[in-house]
Amino acid sequence: MNLHAIRAIYGFELSRWFRTLGQSIISPVISTSLYFVVFGAAIGARMGSIDGVSYGAFIIPGLVMLNLLNESISNASFGIYMPKFSGTIYEVLSAPVSAAEVVLGYVGAAATKSVLLGLLILVTARLFVPYEIAHPLMMFGFLVLTAVTFSLFGFIIGIWADGFEKLQIIPLMIVTPLTFLGGSFYSISMLPPVWQTIALFNPVVYLISGFRWSFYGVADIGAGVSLAMILVFLSVCLAVVWWIFRTGYRLKS
Amino acid sequence: MESMISVKGLTKAYASGFQALRNIDLDIHRGEIFALLGPNGAGKTTLINIICGIVRPTAGIILADGHDVVRDFRAARSRIGLVPQELSTDMFEKVRATVSFSRGLFGQPPDAARIEQVLRAVSLWDQRDAKIMTLSSGMKRRVMIAKALAHDPDILFLDEPTAGVDVELRRDMWAMVRGLRASGVTIILTTHYIEEAEEMADRVGVISKGEIILVEEKATLMRKLGKKQLRIQLLTPLSAIPTALARYPLELGGNGCELVYTFDTQGEGSGIAGLLRQLNDAGIGFRDLHSSESSLEDIFVSLVSARA
Ligand SMILES: Nc1ncnc2c1ncn2[C@@H]1O[C@H](COP(=O)(O)OP(=O)(O)OP(=O)(O)O)[C@@H](O)[C@H]1O
Ligand SMILES: [Mg+2]
Repeated sequence: MNLHAIRAIYGFELSRWFRTLGQSIISPVISTSLYFVVFGAAIGARMGSIDGVSYGAFIIPGLVMLNLLNESISNASFGIYMPKFSGTIYEVLSAPVSAAEVVLGYVGAAATKSVLLGLLILVTARLFVPYEIAHPLMMFGFLVLTAVTFSLFGFIIGIWADGFEKLQIIPLMIVTPLTFLGGSFYSISMLPPVWQTIALFNPVVYLISGFRWSFYGVADIGAGVSLAMILVFLSVCLAVVWWIFRTGYRLKS
Repeated sequence: MESMISVKGLTKAYASGFQALRNIDLDIHRGEIFALLGPNGAGKTTLINIICGIVRPTAGIILADGHDVVRDFRAARSRIGLVPQELSTDMFEKVRATVSFSRGLFGQPPDAARIEQVLRAVSLWDQRDAKIMTLSSGMKRRVMIAKALAHDPDILFLDEPTAGVDVELRRDMWAMVRGLRASGVTIILTTHYIEEAEEMADRVGVISKGEIILVEEKATLMRKLGKKQLRIQLLTPLSAIPTALARYPLELGGNGCELVYTFDTQGEGSGIAGLLRQLNDAGIGFRDLHSSESSLEDIFVSLVSARA
């Protein structure tokens, strides 16, 4: 195991983040605050509680997931896309590092950033709404697993993308709609029956449901099923990454 | 001679179907400076990139210090440093940070003193905390050299290290490369400046259209393929070469004012003394003599054009 290499990549990626710390932290904090002003205070005041949870508190897990998915994907995809774009990837390709080490460095850093950001959003939310976390360890487990899974997904996008548009298109066209339709702002049980069934094909539903369960102990879908779905998605991403390095897809001609 | 890099039957066909390398066999000796010459598109960069792990070989085996570069890539690559042809650096990083990054990436523990040494060796110590984007391209080239040296490789690849580099920096680089060689590093460089190969290399390889067409000690090559010329400036023009001199390969130039005598450097008894005596006997006076030797460049051009 080339630990020095993992540390070098991980440290490099985090320092890239720290260089733009202001914008990386301020923008999610502001956007979360806006959500609370609009959904929590303005609309939420008129909404009843859902499953015994006040609307303001109900949307917190979904909001964290929304940011977690976006940040994981954009951090990880950008992190590997930039060296490909600038040509500095030559160094990683010529270094005595295995695929696992490269992934640990890049994906580990991206996941670290989004976990920190998720926690920051939870702290920000606390300024607006009082809430409690029923299962803190499970909450953290969901946070980390989701961050890792979607950082891997972002890593795959970053390798696949051969232009900035492609880098943006998957998050914009697929992930954001799925998150909004995934029950960030409502319970799936509020949907008409047909749509409830359709929603079960949306992987984000499982993420948000499981995460919300760790807060309030209630969920649309059993926590065990949610966990299993995250693990399935994680395995799929790992398999794709493994295939990428085995074939050199978009990395080596 | 012990081989540091051994390439056997290396073939590369790019995804486009283009055959960039054809059955390359090449041995680089431990501790030598090997210059790889060849026209644009000959396959120099492809060859280097395959050895370094950036491009995948289609067929063939490569050993670096006895380690298979594919199966035993960790051992092989940790011994190799590469300065690629393209200038690609992390624009927003600082010089020292990027060089430390390279050291870690290649599996070495952090060592501030060593990084300082490397930066001083390439005259970048004063710029250690500068962002790379603020450097001139010659300085960026040196950053890339520092990155390649940060993990103390035994083998160094320099893919056109002096392209777009001014004369002074080029001299500095040559001195640095010689210093590395003296410390036991094996160096493989590609260049379009033949004078560079002539000045630096122990051995020269010529690649053309994906094939190695020649590998030779530089000195031997120049001796074998080099030509010497003696130009004799005559006092009075001649209309034809006198029959008395027919046994010499002479040409008449400069409107009959100059006799050009071309001979191989191999044949030691070149017969200049004899020729001058014959001239004297024939009553042909001359006012000046000028001799010249062909450069590696002439040899290279004639080799490559002979194959074209
Ligand atoms: N990724 C690629 N896909 C297809 N063909 C390629 C690729 N990279 C290089 N080639 C082709 O392979 C041939 C050899 O290229 P290479 O870069 O190895 O040449 P070179 O000898 O380094 O040339 P130069 O002196 O210009 O640097 C060229 O014809 C080039 O067009
Ligand atoms: Mg080249």
